[in-house]
Amino acid sequence: MRSFTYERPGTDAEAAASAAREPRTRFIAGGTNLLDLMKIEVETPVHLVDVNGLGLDRIEPTGDGGLRIGAVVRNADLAAHDVVRRDYAVLARALLAGASGQIRNRATTAGNLLQRTRCPYFYDTNQPCNKRVPGSGCSAIGGVSRQLAVIGASDACIATHPSDMAVAMRLLDAKIETVRPDATRRVIPIADFYRPPDGTPHIETHLAAGELITAVVLPKPLGGKHLYRKVRDRASFAFALVAVAAVVQDDGTGRVALGGVAPQPWRSEAAEAYLPDGAARVTDALLSGAKPTPDNGFKLTLARRALGSVLMEARA
Amino acid sequence: MENSIDIKISRRNLLKAGAASATALGTSTMSAAQSAAPAHNLTTTVTLQVNGRTHELALDVRTSLLDALREHLHMTGTKKGCDHGQCGACTVLLDGRRINACLTLAVMHDGQQITTIEGLGTPGALHPLQAAFVKHDGYQCGYCTPGQICSAVGMLDEAASGMPSHVTGSLTERPLLTPEEIRERMSGNICRCGAYSNILDAIEDVAEGKA
Repeated sequence: MRSFTYERPGTDAEAAASAAREPRTRFIAGGTNLLDLMKIEVETPVHLVDVNGLGLDRIEPTGDGGLRIGAVVRNADLAAHDVVRRDYAVLARALLAGASGQIRNRATTAGNLLQRTRCPYFYDTNQPCNKRVPGSGCSAIGGVSRQLAVIGASDACIATHPSDMAVAMRLLDAKIETVRPDATRRVIPIADFYRPPDGTPHIETHLAAGELITAVVLPKPLGGKHLYRKVRDRASFAFALVAVAAVVQDDGTGRVALGGVAPQPWRSEAAEAYLPDGAARVTDALLSGAKPTPDNGFKLTLARRALGSVLMEARA
Repeated sequence: MENSIDIKISRRNLLKAGAASATALGTSTMSAAQSAAPAHNLTTTVTLQVNGRTHELALDVRTSLLDALREHLHMTGTKKGCDHGQCGACTVLLDGRRINACLTLAVMHDGQQITTIEGLGTPGALHPLQAAFVKHDGYQCGYCTPGQICSAVGMLDEAASGMPSHVTGSLTERPLLTPEEIRERMSGNICRCGAYSNILDAIEDVAEGKA
């Protein structure tokens, strides 16, 4: 691991200002992804700003019946929260489907949104990777790509976003609250949060330099049946090949988002309008324009069948 | 001995710090930005509360909690397996909650309570889970055992507080610790000898005693 300096600022705005002063700064909260990547020198920050201890660890109701989740609320605490279990069950299920008990006790809400891909070439510092070293090329295209994206990728990068939690957050139309280095604040809808890879896959979100996530806000509950189905190579502690998050109402309408198929949680409001017509119509629309590799074309079939299974469970 | 380690680390950091500031001089904006920033150190003093005892350590800020325990406090009960959070051999309890000691920095835990396998029981007065692992032969080589036991302690507390898991049927009802639940909740601990069935028996014994 490369040397770095370490700082515990007093406020969230100080944290953002500090990060803006040194562009090679990373915020650290749980550290479960960042330190892992620093050990293999995929991440090489020269300064760490610790954002634990800034009061960003609270879960509280909002004035309009929603829920504000502090940026460093641990994944385990969020999944176990009474309101989340009752009113946002798809989020609790997504969180519980991810990682291990130990990791969920440390990993945070904002950190989960900002997780880096598990593309094997991103981790292998001996191989070209446009996300790790911009302009170096993509080893995954033409390489081992079974786990990688089938849609929303680019000629520069076919990595997937690894998060389960983010898929549920996208389904629920969460809003991301931030503070910028000049201490101004803004709200970014999650639909506008992730950047498509295009020619710059190393830039993954629309956060500005030094901008710090302070909270994630859920709108008021949707009702309906909440389901999260994760298909993976082993029963536990593995990343998704395909994940389906869904909220289905009694009349058959609802929402659907997919994980494991794209560089960001994958949802289309136009596609989910077909929900009453069954899984095939929805996934045909949601995955239209997909460009699978010879290794991962199975994900298209798997997504349709996983959604079919979810809709059957919703009707049960 | 600890002093000699500290001196060595400090000298290496001094060299790295020199190289870093030389790089910073390369661009005028960066050197201006850095001169405006408050000074931070590559080494720091950390107070760790381990098994009820207070230790003050001078550490490179890169030091993981795991390395602080093993290399600086010489408490080698906590094991280093993968060092990437995948195997669970380094599991300790932080303020009573199980975490991977390899995936966190010691400097982030100033003043927090850390419990390791050495703090759970003694040879004459084993923790119930330690006794159950002995009774059920819940190991072969034993390398994963401290992590398995610390993880099981944290896991039983989580279940007792009503925390659901991936395999819990209803999110709003109190989960029962069935074998399926225990397997899922212990999936962050790998045993390469494959002693899982006996590990499960040991944990079930203690879980039933608690219920």
